Amino acid sequence: MAKAAKSTLQIATANRLRDGAVVFLTVDGAWSTSLAEARVARTAADADHLIATCDRDAATVVVGPTLIAVTEHDGVIEPVDLRERIRANGLTIDTIAADAVRYL
Amino acid sequence: MYTYDEHDRTFVAERVAQFRDQVKRRLLGELTEEQFKPLRLTNGLYLQLHAYMLRVAIPYGTLSSAQMRMLAHIARRYDRGYGHFTTRQNIQFNWIKLEDAADALDDLASVEMHALQTSGNCIRNTTADQWAGVAIDEIEDPRIWCEIIRQWSSLHPEFTFLPRKFKIAVTGSPNDRAAVRVHDIGLRLRRDEKGEVGFEVIVGGGLGRTPMIGKTIREFLPKRHLLSYLEAILRAYNLAGRRDNLYKARIKILVHEIGVEEMRRRVEAEWAAIRDGALDLPPQTIDAISRHFSPPAYEPQPAVDLAVERLRLESVSFARWLKTNVAPHREPGYAIVNLSLKPEGAPPGDASAAQMEAVADLALAHSHDEIRVSHEQNLVLPHVKRADLPTLWRKLAAIDLATPNLGLVSDIIACPGLDYCALANARSIPVAQRITRRFADLKRQHDIGELKIKISGCINACGHHHVGHIGILGVDKNGEEFYQITLGGDGTETTALGRIIGPAVSADDVVDAIETLVETYLQKRRPGERFVDTYRRVGDAPFKERLYAAA
Amino acid sequence: MPLLKDGRLVEDPWRIIDDASPLPAREPTIVSFARFQAERDQLLARGAPLGVRLRNSDAIDALAGAIDRLDLIALEFPKFSDGRAYSQARGLRERLGFAGELRATGDVLIDQALFMRRCGFDAWEIADAAKAPRFVEAFATFSVFYQPAGDGRAAVSALRRFASAGRA
Repeated sequence: MAKAAKSTLQIATANRLRDGAVVFLTVDGAWSTSLAEARVARTAADADHLIATCDRDAATVVVGPTLIAVTEHDGVIEPVDLRERIRANGLTIDTIAADAVRYL
Repeated sequence: MYTYDEHDRTFVAERVAQFRDQVKRRLLGELTEEQFKPLRLTNGLYLQLHAYMLRVAIPYGTLSSAQMRMLAHIARRYDRGYGHFTTRQNIQFNWIKLEDAADALDDLASVEMHALQTSGNCIRNTTADQWAGVAIDEIEDPRIWCEIIRQWSSLHPEFTFLPRKFKIAVTGSPNDRAAVRVHDIGLRLRRDEKGEVGFEVIVGGGLGRTPMIGKTIREFLPKRHLLSYLEAILRAYNLAGRRDNLYKARIKILVHEIGVEEMRRRVEAEWAAIRDGALDLPPQTIDAISRHFSPPAYEPQPAVDLAVERLRLESVSFARWLKTNVAPHREPGYAIVNLSLKPEGAPPGDASAAQMEAVADLALAHSHDEIRVSHEQNLVLPHVKRADLPTLWRKLAAIDLATPNLGLVSDIIACPGLDYCALANARSIPVAQRITRRFADLKRQHDIGELKIKISGCINACGHHHVGHIGILGVDKNGEEFYQITLGGDGTETTALGRIIGPAVSADDVVDAIETLVETYLQKRRPGERFVDTYRRVGDAPFKERLYAAA
Repeated sequence: MPLLKDGRLVEDPWRIIDDASPLPAREPTIVSFARFQAERDQLLARGAPLGVRLRNSDAIDALAGAIDRLDLIALEFPKFSDGRAYSQARGLRERLGFAGELRATGDVLIDQALFMRRCGFDAWEIADAAKAPRFVEAFATFSVFYQPAGDGRAAVSALRRFASAGRA
């Protein structure tokens, strides 16, 4: 059961069941890999709505859905927690390419 | 190395078919995530921050070139072109899709590989030392026993839902390169007074939240009793290990709480009932497995190769590489070649598909088709003619696997950390990268000498920081990454757990801190002393003083 | 609860009674371990089939003296991930020689059914009768077993010895 985070602005995030991709719940009730498309809950009622969708989709669409706190500056959403920022933005390091024999 | 027979092939095929069905049921919602999770973990599939991670088993760190090629294929076909070699001699792929996992496992099965029991509360990959079978100081090849244990522990019906994970390591040498004293069970091959070879059995070692050094439960166990004795230990643990608290569920806690005497009593009582039964290992069974580990057909080689000696004098780089990366071999005229997966600035332990394919070719050409993975996240070519060293060195340099830094300050062990891992509190890879850049100068590294830095991104200690000469533990302080430093850890037979030397330092300061510690050592050392030797002689004080002086 | 035995759903002839209830005269009855220890003589003297249900924290050795007089032992998986009953089952079958019905109760799921059978269980209380065929299928998931487990099936090592002896 998804739980609400303790903050004013929240979004719902999870990993997509079939491929593990980090996804965010959008205004259309779908799960998108784009943080920018995340539906922001600004009130407790909004948050409850997010939670309900999380619970509905936990069986076959996503794994581990949860609400996380975000900040919003000039319309750009950024998670508060470092772990969630890394989840949303990806690795903070480069990785070696398949055909490379030297790291960068 | 071990090759499958019809039974092994059938088993792996049945296992993949079972997993394929389990995935299908999960995707349909017939299995909840709670029901599915242990099933997927028993097949080595974790859900990490960004994706599923598949941990493929490399039993006792040994693989053939065909198997290495397949790992490259997995990286290309199902992942993002690279893999990460781990501190338990396995490999991890970080971007696997659940819907592809069964196909990847089928591909692995075609070369006698699998991901069985690389996760979950079951018996994990039994590790050995990476020089097994070729080290000069070895009493007997531990991999024979690792293979016997591997088979016995594969889908053991009684031990698939233990209180917690269970890790076994075997060393065949008095110089313990397998860290047996920090495993749930450590086995040390040794001789008794009559010269007969058997096992010292050690239980209850481990790192993580409550690091402990294992205790000897039996000084000498004859070989034929190995499996029955292990079964007795596992049974005692399965029945009495704590299940109320995840952080107190390992066998080390049970041994700590009831004492090694009581543990021994329970194990021996259980063992009395089952020894000499169906788990007895008669000589013919042991021989049948041993035959898979016979040495390859070495060719007579001169002990000294003139071309090598000439190049050693001509090339500083080659000389350095010989010094750190090439180890003596029990067969005259041969060498053990260590491939560093720690080039400057790179994530430690990672290799691209192209590098894996190149290593596969090199193993065929120069190492009797065999490769090893070490706990220190490096690779090994274990059967190389000394005469081939100059050629091999050039080929390795061309694929960036010849950094002459084995055991030196830039040969860092690091867990994936917060970049990848859902359990982590802080990142570890960027810290490793920055340290290697700060110490990039090879002359300086060689002057510093042996210095084992190990970094963990959280208290689960997958980076084995407790047994680093310098250990670095990432912690979260008010949402920021800080690093706790320990000194004096040792994963060898002189096992020791590192001591915290003071308050955690910030991410910005951690590399300077390491440099300060190294400088302190250089000032204090006596001739012949490694970092850890100086630390043992002078203690914490000089290091603490210098590190926290400016604060 | 639906009972799976001998490859199919069967009527359960056993009556499970709590510690306070009176003992039936003739019916096959399952009592708790605590009650068995408290009323052992009366229970054994009843002359009707007797079963005992253990918690997974109970020590099986307390049943040692009476093992031949028990017709059923029920073991529990409070959560499927709590694997203590596997060890209890093997101890009962292999060390104490229990030959009666060994019943799995609690969080009994398809994916653990074969492990349970290998450890000596021969009856399963399952939550959903409709899943019975899936359980039976699950028993056939593997044909290769690496370790002897007292279910009579030859482990791979034995098969290999047999094969090489045959060739010798």
